[in-house]
Amino acid sequence: MSVIAYIPNQEGIIKKAGFELASYATALAENMGKEAIAVVLGPMAGDELEKLGKYGISKVMHDANPLFAQLDNRASAKALATAAAQAEVVVLAHNNEGKGVAPRLAVRLGAGYVSAVTGLPQSITPFLVNKVVFTGKAIGHAEILTAKKVLTLAYNSFGVHEKPVDVSVEAFDSGCSASDFVLNVQQTQKVTGKVLLSEAEIVVSGGRGMKSPENWKPIEELAELLGAATACSRPVSDEGWRPHSEHVGQTGKIIAPNLYFAFGISGAIQHLGGVSGSKVIVAVNKDPEAPIFEAADYGIVGDALKVLPEFIEAVKELKKG
Amino acid sequence: MKVLILIGNVPDTTTKVKFNASRTAFDTAGVQWIINPWDELALTRALEVKEANAGAIESITVANVGRAETEATLRKALAIGADKAIRIDADPVDAFTVASLLAPHCKEYDLIFAGVEASDYNGNAVGPMLAEMLDIPSIAGVSGFNVENGRPVFTREIDGGSQIVEAPLPVLAIVQKGIAKEPRIPAMRGIMMARTKPLQVVQPAAAEARTRYAAFDLPPAKAACKKFGEEQARELIHALRNEAKVL
Ligand SMILES: Cc1cc2nc3c(=O)[nH]c(=O)nc-3n(C[C@H](O)[C@H](O)[C@H](O)COP(=O)(O)OP(=O)(O)OC[C@H]3O[C@@H](n4cnc5c(N)ncnc54)[C@H](O)[C@@H]3O)c2cc1C
Repeated sequence: MSVIAYIPNQEGIIKKAGFELASYATALAENMGKEAIAVVLGPMAGDELEKLGKYGISKVMHDANPLFAQLDNRASAKALATAAAQAEVVVLAHNNEGKGVAPRLAVRLGAGYVSAVTGLPQSITPFLVNKVVFTGKAIGHAEILTAKKVLTLAYNSFGVHEKPVDVSVEAFDSGCSASDFVLNVQQTQKVTGKVLLSEAEIVVSGGRGMKSPENWKPIEELAELLGAATACSRPVSDEGWRPHSEHVGQTGKIIAPNLYFAFGISGAIQHLGGVSGSKVIVAVNKDPEAPIFEAADYGIVGDALKVLPEFIEAVKELKKG
Repeated sequence: MKVLILIGNVPDTTTKVKFNASRTAFDTAGVQWIINPWDELALTRALEVKEANAGAIESITVANVGRAETEATLRKALAIGADKAIRIDADPVDAFTVASLLAPHCKEYDLIFAGVEASDYNGNAVGPMLAEMLDIPSIAGVSGFNVENGRPVFTREIDGGSQIVEAPLPVLAIVQKGIAKEPRIPAMRGIMMARTKPLQVVQPAAAEARTRYAAFDLPPAKAACKKFGEEQARELIHALRNEAKVL
Protein backbone atom coordinates (compact mmCIF):
# COMPACT_ATOMS: atom_id res chain seq x y z
CA MET A 1 0.00 0.00 0.00
CA SER A 2 1.22 3.48 -0.78
CA VAL A 3 0.41 7.15 -1.12
CA ILE A 4 0.45 8.28 -4.73
CA ALA A 5 0.90 11.86 -5.90
CA TYR A 6 -0.12 12.69 -9.44
CA ILE A 7 2.37 15.43 -10.31
CA PRO A 8 1.11 17.88 -12.95
CA ASN A 9 3.50 19.23 -15.55
CA GLN A 10 3.40 22.15 -17.93
CA GLU A 11 5.00 21.01 -21.17
CA GLY A 12 7.42 18.75 -19.37
CA ILE A 13 8.26 21.14 -16.55
CA ILE A 14 7.17 20.67 -12.92
CA LYS A 15 5.98 23.89 -11.27
CA LYS A 16 5.82 24.79 -7.59
CA ALA A 17 2.40 23.16 -7.13
CA GLY A 18 3.96 19.85 -8.19
CA PHE A 19 6.68 20.09 -5.57
CA GLU A 20 4.14 21.12 -2.95
CA LEU A 21 2.13 18.02 -3.82
CA ALA A 22 5.25 15.83 -3.56
CA SER A 23 5.97 17.37 -0.12
CA TYR A 24 2.40 16.68 0.99
CA ALA A 25 2.43 13.07 -0.24
CA THR A 26 5.76 12.49 1.54
CA ALA A 27 4.42 13.82 4.85
CA LEU A 28 1.14 11.92 4.52
CA ALA A 29 2.92 8.67 3.68
CA GLU A 30 5.16 9.14 6.71
CA ASN A 31 2.12 9.64 8.97
CA MET A 32 0.57 6.48 7.60
CA GLY A 33 3.77 4.41 7.58
CA LYS A 34 3.59 4.02 3.78
CA GLU A 35 5.73 4.78 0.77
CA ALA A 36 5.23 7.99 -1.29
CA ILE A 37 5.23 7.39 -5.03
CA ALA A 38 4.85 9.99 -7.78
CA VAL A 39 3.10 9.35 -11.08
CA VAL A 40 3.83 11.57 -14.06
CA LEU A 41 2.10 11.39 -17.46
CA GLY A 42 3.41 12.76 -20.74
CA PRO A 43 6.88 13.66 -22.05
CA MET A 44 9.18 15.34 -19.54
CA ALA A 45 12.12 17.65 -19.99
CA GLY A 46 15.70 16.74 -18.97
CA ASP A 47 16.08 15.77 -15.33
CA GLU A 48 12.71 17.14 -14.16
CA LEU A 49 11.62 13.81 -12.68
CA GLU A 50 14.77 13.45 -10.56
CA LYS A 51 13.91 16.78 -8.90
CA LEU A 52 11.04 15.05 -7.09
CA GLY A 53 13.62 13.21 -4.97
CA LYS A 54 14.42 16.49 -3.28
CA TYR A 55 10.94 16.46 -1.74
CA GLY A 56 10.96 12.91 -0.38
CA ILE A 57 9.74 10.95 -3.42
CA SER A 58 11.82 7.75 -3.77
CA LYS A 59 9.98 6.30 -6.75
CA VAL A 60 8.54 7.97 -9.85
CA MET A 61 6.30 6.06 -12.28
CA HIS A 62 6.39 7.69 -15.68
CA ASP A 63 4.32 7.00 -18.80
CA ALA A 64 5.82 9.26 -21.47
CA ASN A 65 2.99 8.84 -24.02
CA PRO A 66 2.81 12.28 -25.70
CA LEU A 67 -0.98 12.01 -26.04
CA PHE A 68 -1.33 12.76 -22.32
CA ALA A 69 -0.50 16.36 -23.21
CA GLN A 70 -4.09 16.57 -24.55
CA LEU A 71 -5.31 16.55 -20.92
CA ASP A 72 -8.07 14.07 -21.64
CA ASN A 73 -9.60 13.57 -18.20
CA ARG A 74 -10.96 10.12 -18.96
CA ALA A 75 -7.64 8.78 -20.25
CA SER A 76 -5.68 10.28 -17.35
CA ALA A 77 -8.10 8.76 -14.82
CA LYS A 78 -7.69 5.37 -16.48
CA ALA A 79 -3.89 5.67 -16.39
CA LEU A 80 -3.85 6.74 -12.75
CA ALA A 81 -6.19 3.92 -11.78
CA THR A 82 -3.63 1.48 -13.20
CA ALA A 83 -0.82 3.15 -11.27
CA ALA A 84 -2.89 3.36 -8.09
CA ALA A 85 -4.26 -0.19 -8.02
CA GLN A 86 -2.33 -0.84 -4.80
CA ALA A 87 -2.53 2.65 -3.34
CA GLU A 88 -4.46 3.69 -0.26
CA VAL A 89 -4.47 7.43 -0.97
CA VAL A 90 -4.04 9.35 -4.23
CA VAL A 91 -3.44 13.11 -4.13
CA LEU A 92 -3.77 15.49 -7.06
CA ALA A 93 -3.29 19.23 -7.48
CA HIS A 94 -6.40 21.37 -7.15
CA ASN A 95 -5.96 22.83 -10.63
CA ASN A 96 -8.42 22.36 -13.48
CA GLU A 97 -6.76 19.12 -14.51
CA GLY A 98 -6.90 17.74 -10.97
CA LYS A 99 -10.51 18.85 -10.54
CA GLY A 100 -11.41 17.06 -13.77
CA VAL A 101 -9.47 13.86 -13.14
CA ALA A 102 -9.70 13.23 -9.36
CA PRO A 103 -13.48 12.59 -9.15
CA ARG A 104 -13.30 10.26 -12.17
CA LEU A 105 -10.43 8.39 -10.56
CA ALA A 106 -12.39 8.09 -7.30
CA VAL A 107 -15.27 6.43 -9.16
CA ARG A 108 -12.85 4.02 -10.86
CA LEU A 109 -11.10 3.07 -7.61
CA GLY A 110 -14.27 2.83 -5.52
CA ALA A 111 -12.75 5.62 -3.40
CA GLY A 112 -14.23 8.54 -1.49
CA TYR A 113 -13.11 11.95 -2.73
CA VAL A 114 -12.49 15.25 -0.95
CA SER A 115 -11.41 18.32 -2.90
CA ALA A 116 -9.17 21.22 -1.93
CA VAL A 117 -7.95 19.86 1.39
CA THR A 118 -5.96 22.42 3.34
CA GLY A 119 -3.57 20.18 5.25
CA LEU A 120 -2.70 16.70 6.50
CA PRO A 121 -5.55 14.60 7.95
CA GLN A 122 -6.38 15.28 11.61
CA SER A 123 -6.83 11.53 11.97
CA ILE A 124 -6.16 8.53 9.70
CA THR A 125 -8.80 6.18 11.18
CA PRO A 126 -11.37 7.57 10.78
CA PHE A 127 -9.90 9.50 7.83
CA LEU A 128 -10.69 13.14 8.65
CA VAL A 129 -9.36 16.02 6.64
CA ASN A 130 -10.16 19.75 6.61
CA LYS A 131 -11.40 21.74 3.65
CA VAL A 132 -12.88 25.15 3.09
CA VAL A 133 -16.69 25.14 2.63
CA PHE A 134 -19.29 27.80 1.88
CA THR A 135 -16.62 29.55 -0.14
CA GLY A 136 -14.43 30.53 2.77
CA LYS A 137 -17.20 31.15 5.26
CA ALA A 138 -16.55 27.89 7.13
CA ILE A 139 -14.18 24.95 7.53
CA GLY A 140 -15.54 21.43 7.09
CA HIS A 141 -14.09 18.31 8.73
CA ALA A 142 -14.68 15.87 5.91
CA GLU A 143 -14.61 12.15 6.60
CA ILE A 144 -13.90 9.58 3.90
CA LEU A 145 -15.79 6.36 4.58
CA THR A 146 -14.07 4.09 2.04
CA ALA A 147 -10.77 2.18 2.31
CA LYS A 148 -9.31 4.07 -0.66
CA LYS A 149 -9.17 7.85 -0.75
CA VAL A 150 -8.67 10.49 -3.41
CA LEU A 151 -7.80 14.09 -2.47
CA THR A 152 -6.92 17.31 -4.21
CA LEU A 153 -4.65 19.71 -2.33
CA ALA A 154 -5.47 23.42 -2.25
CA TYR A 155 -2.62 25.56 -3.59
CA ASN A 156 -0.19 27.11 -1.09
CA SER A 157 -1.87 25.33 1.80
CA PHE A 158 0.96 22.98 2.71
CA GLY A 159 4.12 24.57 1.37
CA VAL A 160 7.17 23.11 -0.32
CA HIS A 161 9.39 21.14 2.09
CA GLU A 162 12.75 19.67 1.15
CA LYS A 163 13.63 16.14 2.25
CA PRO A 164 16.22 14.79 -0.17
CA VAL A 165 16.15 11.03 -0.88
CA ASP A 166 17.49 8.80 -3.66
CA VAL A 167 14.96 8.63 -6.43
CA SER A 168 14.36 5.91 -9.00
CA VAL A 169 12.46 6.76 -12.16
CA GLU A 170 10.62 3.81 -13.71
CA ALA A 171 8.84 3.69 -17.03
CA PHE A 172 5.35 2.34 -16.58
CA ASP A 173 2.69 1.30 -19.06
CA SER A 174 -0.59 2.86 -18.04
CA GLY A 175 -2.51 0.77 -20.54
CA CYS A 176 -3.77 3.81 -22.48
CA SER A 177 -3.65 3.49 -26.26
CA ALA A 178 -4.39 6.06 -28.97
CA SER A 179 -8.12 5.26 -28.92
CA ASP A 180 -8.35 6.43 -25.29
CA PHE A 181 -7.57 10.01 -26.30
CA VAL A 182 -10.62 11.58 -27.92
CA LEU A 183 -10.26 15.31 -27.29
CA ASN A 184 -9.08 17.37 -30.20
CA VAL A 185 -7.05 20.41 -29.10
CA GLN A 186 -7.23 22.91 -31.93
CA GLN A 187 -5.41 25.85 -30.50
CA THR A 188 -3.43 26.77 -27.41
CA GLN A 189 -2.93 30.26 -26.08
CA LYS A 190 -0.29 30.76 -23.45
CA VAL A 191 0.06 33.48 -20.88
CA THR A 192 3.76 34.09 -20.95
CA GLY A 193 6.24 35.76 -18.67
CA LYS A 194 3.76 35.99 -15.81
CA VAL A 195 3.46 34.38 -12.44
CA LEU A 196 0.63 31.85 -12.36
CA LEU A 197 -2.12 33.39 -10.25
CA SER A 198 -3.12 30.24 -8.40
CA GLU A 199 0.51 29.53 -7.44
CA ALA A 200 1.62 33.07 -6.63
CA GLU A 201 2.90 33.88 -3.15
CA ILE A 202 2.07 37.55 -3.62
CA VAL A 203 -0.93 38.86 -5.55
CA VAL A 204 -1.59 42.49 -6.46
CA SER A 205 -5.27 43.01 -7.23
CA GLY A 206 -7.43 45.90 -8.36
CA GLY A 207 -11.14 46.60 -8.27
CA ARG A 208 -13.55 49.02 -9.87
CA GLY A 209 -12.04 51.73 -7.66
CA MET A 210 -9.07 51.75 -10.07
CA LYS A 211 -11.48 53.58 -12.42
CA SER A 212 -10.07 52.53 -15.82
CA PRO A 213 -7.85 49.90 -17.45
CA GLU A 214 -5.09 52.48 -18.08
CA ASN A 215 -4.64 52.75 -14.33
CA TRP A 216 -3.38 49.15 -14.18
CA LYS A 217 0.18 50.18 -15.12
CA PRO A 218 1.29 50.80 -11.51
CA ILE A 219 -0.45 47.56 -10.41
CA GLU A 220 1.59 45.67 -12.99
CA GLU A 221 4.74 47.49 -12.00
CA LEU A 222 4.30 46.69 -8.32
CA ALA A 223 3.54 43.06 -9.19
CA GLU A 224 6.64 42.81 -11.32
CA LEU A 225 8.83 44.29 -8.59
CA LEU A 226 7.48 41.78 -6.09
CA GLY A 227 7.47 38.75 -8.41
CA ALA A 228 3.73 38.74 -7.88
CA ALA A 229 0.71 37.81 -9.98
CA THR A 230 -2.00 40.32 -10.85
CA ALA A 231 -5.71 39.80 -10.12
CA CYS A 232 -8.99 41.70 -10.16
CA SER A 233 -12.54 41.77 -8.85
CA ARG A 234 -15.44 40.48 -10.90
CA PRO A 235 -16.80 43.74 -12.35
CA VAL A 236 -13.33 44.56 -13.62
CA SER A 237 -13.17 41.35 -15.68
CA ASP A 238 -16.83 41.73 -16.68
CA GLU A 239 -16.03 45.19 -18.03
CA GLY A 240 -13.17 43.67 -20.02
CA TRP A 241 -10.57 45.82 -18.26
CA ARG A 242 -8.68 42.66 -17.35
CA PRO A 243 -8.86 39.04 -18.62
CA HIS A 244 -11.27 36.56 -17.00
CA SER A 245 -8.33 34.46 -15.87
CA GLU A 246 -7.50 37.21 -13.33
CA HIS A 247 -10.92 37.34 -11.69
CA VAL A 248 -10.74 36.13 -8.10
CA GLY A 249 -13.63 35.41 -5.77
CA GLN A 250 -16.47 33.04 -5.28
CA THR A 251 -17.16 32.70 -9.01
CA GLY A 252 -13.58 33.28 -10.11
CA LYS A 253 -10.36 31.76 -8.83
CA ILE A 254 -9.95 30.91 -5.18
CA ILE A 255 -6.45 31.84 -4.11
CA ALA A 256 -4.43 31.71 -0.90
CA PRO A 257 -1.22 33.70 -1.32
CA ASN A 258 0.99 34.83 1.55
CA LEU A 259 0.22 38.43 0.71
CA TYR A 260 -2.80 39.93 -1.09
CA PHE A 261 -2.98 43.61 -2.06
CA ALA A 262 -6.51 44.92 -2.72
CA PHE A 263 -6.56 48.32 -4.45
CA GLY A 264 -9.98 49.92 -4.85
CA ILE A 265 -11.84 46.73 -3.97
CA SER A 266 -14.89 47.03 -1.74
CA GLY A 267 -14.56 43.55 -0.24
CA ALA A 268 -18.00 42.22 -1.07
CA ILE A 269 -18.66 38.83 0.50
CA GLN A 270 -18.34 37.11 -2.89
CA HIS A 271 -14.92 38.65 -3.44
CA LEU A 272 -13.69 37.72 0.03
CA GLY A 273 -14.80 34.14 -0.61
CA GLY A 274 -11.94 33.81 -3.07
CA VAL A 275 -9.21 35.57 -1.14
CA SER A 276 -9.91 35.13 2.57
CA GLY A 277 -7.43 32.24 2.73
CA SER A 278 -4.59 34.73 2.13
CA LYS A 279 -2.19 34.94 5.08
CA VAL A 280 -1.94 38.73 5.02
CA ILE A 281 -4.36 41.12 3.28
CA VAL A 282 -3.45 44.75 2.58
CA ALA A 283 -6.31 47.05 1.55
CA VAL A 284 -6.21 50.52 0.06
CA ASN A 285 -9.65 52.07 -0.24
CA LYS A 286 -11.06 55.61 -0.12
CA ASP A 287 -14.03 54.51 1.94
CA PRO A 288 -13.20 53.88 5.63
CA GLU A 289 -16.41 51.80 5.89
CA ALA A 290 -15.51 49.45 3.02
CA PRO A 291 -15.97 45.84 4.19
CA ILE A 292 -12.48 44.97 2.87
CA PHE A 293 -11.07 46.54 6.06
CA GLU A 294 -12.80 43.87 8.16
CA ALA A 295 -10.87 41.20 6.30
CA ALA A 296 -7.62 43.14 5.97
CA ASP A 297 -4.59 42.93 8.25
CA TYR A 298 -3.09 46.22 7.08
CA GLY A 299 -4.80 49.11 5.39
CA ILE A 300 -4.72 52.66 4.16
CA VAL A 301 -7.84 54.76 3.90
CA GLY A 302 -6.92 56.73 0.83
CA ASP A 303 -6.68 57.00 -2.91
CA ALA A 304 -5.22 53.89 -4.50
CA LEU A 305 -3.85 55.93 -7.41
CA LYS A 306 -1.82 58.05 -5.00
CA VAL A 307 -0.69 55.20 -2.76
CA LEU A 308 0.46 52.83 -5.52
CA PRO A 309 3.43 54.95 -6.67
CA GLU A 310 4.47 55.35 -3.03
CA PHE A 311 4.38 51.57 -2.54
CA ILE A 312 6.45 51.14 -5.69
CA GLU A 313 9.08 53.58 -4.40
CA ALA A 314 9.13 51.94 -0.96
CA VAL A 315 9.60 48.47 -2.47
CA LYS A 316 12.40 49.74 -4.71
CA GLU A 317 14.12 51.17 -1.63
CA LEU A 318 13.73 47.89 0.25
CA LYS A 319 15.23 46.01 -2.65
CA LYS A 320 18.25 48.26 -2.70
CA GLY A 321 18.70 47.17 0.92
CA MET B 1 -28.14 18.06 -29.77
CA LYS B 2 -30.00 17.38 -26.57
CA VAL B 3 -28.52 19.35 -23.73
CA LEU B 4 -28.71 18.55 -20.02
CA ILE B 5 -27.69 21.04 -17.34
CA LEU B 6 -27.13 19.94 -13.76
CA ILE B 7 -28.65 22.40 -11.34
CA GLY B 8 -27.47 22.84 -7.78
CA ASN B 9 -29.75 24.43 -5.22
CA VAL B 10 -27.49 26.50 -2.93
CA PRO B 11 -27.78 29.23 -0.30
CA ASP B 12 -27.73 32.77 -1.64
CA THR B 13 -24.15 34.06 -1.92
CA THR B 14 -24.70 36.65 0.81
CA THR B 15 -25.98 34.10 3.35
CA LYS B 16 -24.45 34.31 6.80
CA VAL B 17 -23.36 30.74 7.44
CA LYS B 18 -24.49 29.14 10.73
CA PHE B 19 -24.46 25.57 12.01
CA ASN B 20 -26.55 23.62 14.53
CA ALA B 21 -25.49 23.47 18.19
CA SER B 22 -23.43 20.30 17.71
CA ARG B 23 -21.74 21.92 14.66
CA THR B 24 -22.62 18.89 12.53
CA ALA B 25 -25.07 20.42 10.06
CA PHE B 26 -25.70 23.66 8.20
CA ASP B 27 -28.54 25.68 9.72
CA THR B 28 -30.99 26.38 6.91
CA ALA B 29 -33.29 28.67 8.95
CA GLY B 30 -34.01 31.87 7.03
CA VAL B 31 -31.81 30.90 4.06
CA GLN B 32 -32.72 32.03 0.53
CA TRP B 33 -31.98 29.43 -2.13
CA ILE B 34 -30.63 30.13 -5.59
CA ILE B 35 -29.36 28.29 -8.67
CA ASN B 36 -25.68 27.50 -8.19
CA PRO B 37 -23.93 30.43 -9.97
CA TRP B 38 -21.95 28.36 -12.53
CA ASP B 39 -25.00 26.27 -13.41
CA GLU B 40 -26.96 29.44 -14.03
CA LEU B 41 -24.20 30.71 -16.35
CA ALA B 42 -24.14 27.37 -18.22
CA LEU B 43 -27.91 27.56 -18.70
CA THR B 44 -27.61 31.14 -19.94
CA ARG B 45 -24.92 30.20 -22.48
CA ALA B 46 -26.84 27.13 -23.69
CA LEU B 47 -29.88 29.36 -24.33
CA GLU B 48 -27.77 31.96 -26.17
CA VAL B 49 -26.30 29.26 -28.42
CA LYS B 50 -29.70 27.65 -28.96
CA GLU B 51 -31.12 30.98 -30.11
CA ALA B 52 -28.16 31.83 -32.34
CA ASN B 53 -27.94 28.46 -34.13
CA ALA B 54 -31.31 27.41 -35.45
CA GLY B 55 -31.80 23.69 -34.88
CA ALA B 56 -28.33 22.97 -33.46
CA ILE B 57 -29.69 22.56 -29.94
CA GLU B 58 -32.90 20.60 -29.93
CA SER B 59 -33.80 20.93 -26.27
CA ILE B 60 -32.44 21.99 -22.89
CA THR B 61 -33.30 19.95 -19.82
CA VAL B 62 -32.29 20.80 -16.26
CA ALA B 63 -31.88 18.20 -13.51
CA ASN B 64 -31.49 18.35 -9.75
CA VAL B 65 -31.27 15.84 -6.92
CA GLY B 66 -33.34 17.24 -4.10
CA ARG B 67 -36.56 17.25 -2.14
CA ALA B 68 -39.72 19.16 -3.03
CA GLU B 69 -38.33 22.45 -1.66
CA THR B 70 -35.83 22.65 -4.52
CA GLU B 71 -38.64 22.95 -7.07
CA ALA B 72 -38.62 26.74 -6.83
CA THR B 73 -35.04 26.66 -8.12
CA LEU B 74 -35.98 24.31 -10.97
CA ARG B 75 -39.00 26.49 -11.84
CA LYS B 76 -36.64 29.45 -12.04
CA ALA B 77 -34.48 27.53 -14.51
CA LEU B 78 -37.61 26.83 -16.56
CA ALA B 79 -38.56 30.50 -16.36
CA ILE B 80 -35.10 31.48 -17.64
CA GLY B 81 -35.74 29.25 -20.64
CA ALA B 82 -35.07 25.54 -20.06
CA ASP B 83 -37.63 23.29 -21.78
CA LYS B 84 -38.02 20.64 -19.14
CA ALA B 85 -36.93 19.81 -15.58
CA ILE B 86 -36.23 16.58 -13.77
CA ARG B 87 -36.11 16.32 -9.98
CA ILE B 88 -34.75 13.15 -8.44
CA ASP B 89 -36.51 12.94 -5.13
CA ALA B 90 -33.67 12.34 -2.68
CA ASP B 91 -31.41 14.24 -0.29
CA PRO B 92 -28.12 15.18 -1.98
CA VAL B 93 -26.02 13.45 0.67
CA ASP B 94 -22.62 13.61 -1.04
CA ALA B 95 -21.27 14.09 -4.57
CA PHE B 96 -21.05 10.35 -5.18
CA THR B 97 -24.72 9.76 -4.34
CA VAL B 98 -25.78 12.76 -6.43
CA ALA B 99 -23.84 11.53 -9.46
CA SER B 100 -25.09 7.94 -8.94
CA LEU B 101 -28.72 9.07 -8.77
CA LEU B 102 -28.35 11.27 -11.85
CA ALA B 103 -26.55 8.71 -14.01
CA PRO B 104 -29.56 6.58 -15.05
CA HIS B 105 -31.35 9.73 -16.30
CA CYS B 106 -28.51 11.15 -18.38
CA LYS B 107 -28.04 8.55 -21.10
CA GLU B 108 -30.11 10.22 -23.81
CA TYR B 109 -28.21 13.55 -23.76
CA ASP B 110 -25.44 14.57 -26.16
CA LEU B 111 -24.06 17.39 -24.13
CA ILE B 112 -24.10 17.70 -20.34
CA PHE B 113 -23.04 20.81 -18.44
CA ALA B 114 -22.01 20.69 -14.79
CA GLY B 115 -20.74 23.60 -12.70
CA VAL B 116 -17.17 23.33 -11.47
CA GLU B 117 -18.44 23.23 -7.90
CA ALA B 118 -21.43 24.02 -5.75
CA SER B 119 -21.00 27.16 -3.70
CA ASP B 120 -22.09 25.37 -0.50
CA TYR B 121 -19.70 22.44 0.00
CA ASN B 122 -17.34 23.41 -2.86
CA GLY B 123 -17.01 19.75 -3.76
CA ASN B 124 -15.70 19.89 -7.38
CA ALA B 125 -17.03 16.40 -7.98
CA VAL B 126 -20.51 15.71 -9.36
CA GLY B 127 -19.80 16.49 -13.03
CA PRO B 128 -16.63 14.43 -13.52
CA MET B 129 -18.02 11.57 -11.39
CA LEU B 130 -21.10 11.46 -13.59
CA ALA B 131 -18.95 11.47 -16.75
CA GLU B 132 -17.00 8.50 -15.41
CA MET B 133 -20.18 6.61 -14.54
CA LEU B 134 -21.50 7.25 -18.07
CA ASP B 135 -18.04 6.44 -19.51
CA ILE B 136 -18.03 9.60 -21.64
CA PRO B 137 -15.25 12.19 -22.04
CA SER B 138 -15.25 15.32 -19.91
CA ILE B 139 -13.58 18.69 -20.39
CA ALA B 140 -12.55 20.60 -17.27
CA GLY B 141 -12.25 24.36 -16.82
CA VAL B 142 -14.66 25.27 -19.64
CA SER B 143 -14.93 29.06 -19.97
CA GLY B 144 -16.44 29.22 -23.47
CA PHE B 145 -18.92 27.25 -25.56
CA ASN B 146 -20.13 27.58 -29.12
CA VAL B 147 -21.55 25.48 -31.93
CA GLU B 148 -19.64 25.59 -35.23
CA ASN B 149 -20.82 23.57 -38.24
CA GLY B 150 -23.21 21.74 -35.96
CA ARG B 151 -20.45 20.64 -33.59
CA PRO B 152 -19.74 21.91 -30.09
CA VAL B 153 -16.48 23.77 -29.54
CA PHE B 154 -15.19 24.61 -26.08
CA THR B 155 -12.64 26.99 -24.61
CA ARG B 156 -10.96 25.62 -21.53
CA GLU B 157 -8.55 27.16 -19.04
CA ILE B 158 -5.39 25.20 -18.29
CA ASP B 159 -2.36 26.03 -16.16
CA GLY B 160 -0.59 28.84 -17.96
CA GLY B 161 -3.12 29.47 -20.73
CA SER B 162 -6.28 28.42 -22.52
CA GLN B 163 -7.21 26.08 -25.36
CA ILE B 164 -9.90 25.56 -27.96
CA VAL B 165 -11.05 21.95 -27.76
CA GLU B 166 -13.46 19.76 -29.71
CA ALA B 167 -14.82 16.50 -28.42
CA PRO B 168 -16.97 13.71 -29.82
CA LEU B 169 -20.51 13.45 -28.45
CA PRO B 170 -21.70 12.66 -25.89
CA VAL B 171 -19.49 14.83 -23.72
CA LEU B 172 -19.69 16.48 -20.32
CA ALA B 173 -18.36 20.02 -19.85
CA ILE B 174 -17.31 21.27 -16.42
CA VAL B 175 -18.16 24.93 -16.52
CA GLN B 176 -16.49 27.84 -14.81
CA LYS B 177 -16.62 31.62 -14.95
CA GLY B 178 -16.45 33.24 -18.38
CA ILE B 179 -18.90 30.93 -20.17
CA ALA B 180 -21.55 33.66 -20.02
CA LYS B 181 -21.26 37.22 -18.84
CA GLU B 182 -24.32 37.77 -16.70
CA PRO B 183 -26.91 35.14 -15.79
CA ARG B 184 -30.18 35.59 -17.63
CA ILE B 185 -33.06 36.92 -15.56
CA PRO B 186 -36.50 35.38 -16.05
CA ALA B 187 -38.95 37.68 -17.85
CA MET B 188 -42.65 37.80 -16.95
CA ARG B 189 -43.52 35.72 -20.00
CA GLY B 190 -40.92 33.13 -18.98
CA ILE B 191 -42.35 32.94 -15.48
CA MET B 192 -45.88 32.38 -16.87
CA MET B 193 -44.65 29.73 -19.31
CA ALA B 194 -42.62 27.93 -16.63
CA ARG B 195 -45.86 26.98 -14.87
CA THR B 196 -46.90 24.83 -17.80
CA LYS B 197 -43.52 23.30 -18.61
CA PRO B 198 -42.95 19.68 -17.52
CA LEU B 199 -41.24 19.14 -14.14
CA GLN B 200 -40.85 15.44 -13.81
CA VAL B 201 -40.28 13.92 -10.36
CA VAL B 202 -38.52 10.57 -10.38
CA GLN B 203 -37.86 8.12 -7.58
CA PRO B 204 -34.21 7.56 -6.69
CA ALA B 205 -32.31 4.32 -7.11
CA ALA B 206 -30.14 3.20 -4.19
CA ALA B 207 -26.81 4.93 -3.65
CA GLU B 208 -24.43 4.90 -0.72
CA ALA B 209 -22.41 7.91 0.40
CA ARG B 210 -18.64 7.69 0.43
CA THR B 211 -17.98 10.85 2.42
CA ARG B 212 -19.66 12.85 5.14
CA TYR B 213 -18.98 15.91 7.27
CA ALA B 214 -18.10 15.06 10.87
CA ALA B 215 -18.16 18.72 11.96
CA PHE B 216 -17.89 22.34 10.85
CA ASP B 217 -16.01 25.31 12.28
CA LEU B 218 -16.30 28.99 11.59
CA PRO B 219 -12.98 30.59 10.66
CA PRO B 220 -11.14 32.17 13.59
CA ALA B 221 -11.99 35.84 14.15
CA LYS B 222 -9.57 38.27 12.55
CA ALA B 223 -7.56 40.80 14.51
CA ALA B 224 -8.45 44.41 13.74
CA CYS B 225 -6.91 45.95 10.62
CA LYS B 226 -3.78 47.98 11.32
CA LYS B 227 -4.35 51.30 9.58
CA PHE B 228 -1.73 53.67 8.20
CA GLY B 229 -2.20 57.17 6.83
CA GLU B 230 -2.18 57.97 3.12
CA GLU B 231 1.35 59.39 3.54
CA GLN B 232 2.66 56.31 5.34
CA ALA B 233 3.08 53.91 2.44
CA ARG B 234 6.72 53.31 3.38
CA GLU B 235 5.80 52.43 6.97
CA LEU B 236 3.24 49.92 5.75
CA ILE B 237 5.72 48.25 3.39
CA HIS B 238 8.25 48.06 6.23
CA ALA B 239 5.66 46.46 8.50
CA LEU B 240 5.05 43.82 5.83
CA ARG B 241 8.75 42.98 5.90
CA ASN B 242 9.59 43.30 9.59
CA GLU B 243 6.34 42.47 11.36
CA ALA B 244 4.27 40.26 9.07
CA LYS B 245 7.41 38.86 7.39
CA VAL B 246 5.74 38.38 4.03
CA LEU B 247 8.08 40.54 1.92
C1 LIG C 1 -23.49 35.33 -7.51
C2 LIG C 1 -22.43 36.38 -7.39
C3 LIG C 1 -21.10 35.99 -7.49
C4 LIG C 1 -20.08 36.98 -7.41
N1 LIG C 1 -18.78 36.56 -7.49
C5 LIG C 1 -17.78 37.47 -7.36
C6 LIG C 1 -16.40 37.10 -7.42
O1 LIG C 1 -16.08 35.94 -7.62
N2 LIG C 1 -15.45 38.04 -7.27
C7 LIG C 1 -15.76 39.36 -7.07
O2 LIG C 1 -14.84 40.17 -6.93
N3 LIG C 1 -17.04 39.74 -7.02
C8 LIG C 1 -18.05 38.85 -7.17
N4 LIG C 1 -19.35 39.26 -7.14
C9 LIG C 1 -19.60 40.70 -7.14
C10 LIG C 1 -19.49 41.32 -5.77
O3 LIG C 1 -20.74 41.22 -5.12
C11 LIG C 1 -19.09 42.80 -5.89
O4 LIG C 1 -20.00 43.44 -6.74
C12 LIG C 1 -17.68 43.03 -6.44
O5 LIG C 1 -16.72 42.24 -5.73
C13 LIG C 1 -17.32 44.49 -6.30
O6 LIG C 1 -16.12 44.75 -6.99
P1 LIG C 1 -15.23 46.02 -6.64
O7 LIG C 1 -14.91 45.98 -5.21
O8 LIG C 1 -14.11 46.01 -7.60
O9 LIG C 1 -16.17 47.23 -7.07
P2 LIG C 1 -17.09 48.28 -6.22
O10 LIG C 1 -18.10 47.54 -5.42
O11 LIG C 1 -17.52 49.27 -7.21
O12 LIG C 1 -16.09 48.90 -5.21
C14 LIG C 1 -15.04 49.74 -5.57
C15 LIG C 1 -14.33 50.16 -4.31
O13 LIG C 1 -13.29 51.02 -4.66
C16 LIG C 1 -13.24 52.13 -3.76
N5 LIG C 1 -12.62 53.24 -4.48
C17 LIG C 1 -13.13 54.03 -5.45
N6 LIG C 1 -12.20 54.89 -5.90
C18 LIG C 1 -11.07 54.65 -5.21
C19 LIG C 1 -9.76 55.20 -5.23
N7 LIG C 1 -9.40 56.18 -6.07
N8 LIG C 1 -8.84 54.71 -4.36
C20 LIG C 1 -9.17 53.71 -3.49
N9 LIG C 1 -10.39 53.15 -3.45
C21 LIG C 1 -11.33 53.61 -4.31
C22 LIG C 1 -14.66 52.36 -3.35
O14 LIG C 1 -14.69 52.96 -2.08
C23 LIG C 1 -15.23 50.92 -3.32
O15 LIG C 1 -15.07 50.33 -2.05
C24 LIG C 1 -20.40 38.32 -7.22
C25 LIG C 1 -21.74 38.68 -7.11
C26 LIG C 1 -22.75 37.75 -7.19
C27 LIG C 1 -24.18 38.19 -7.05
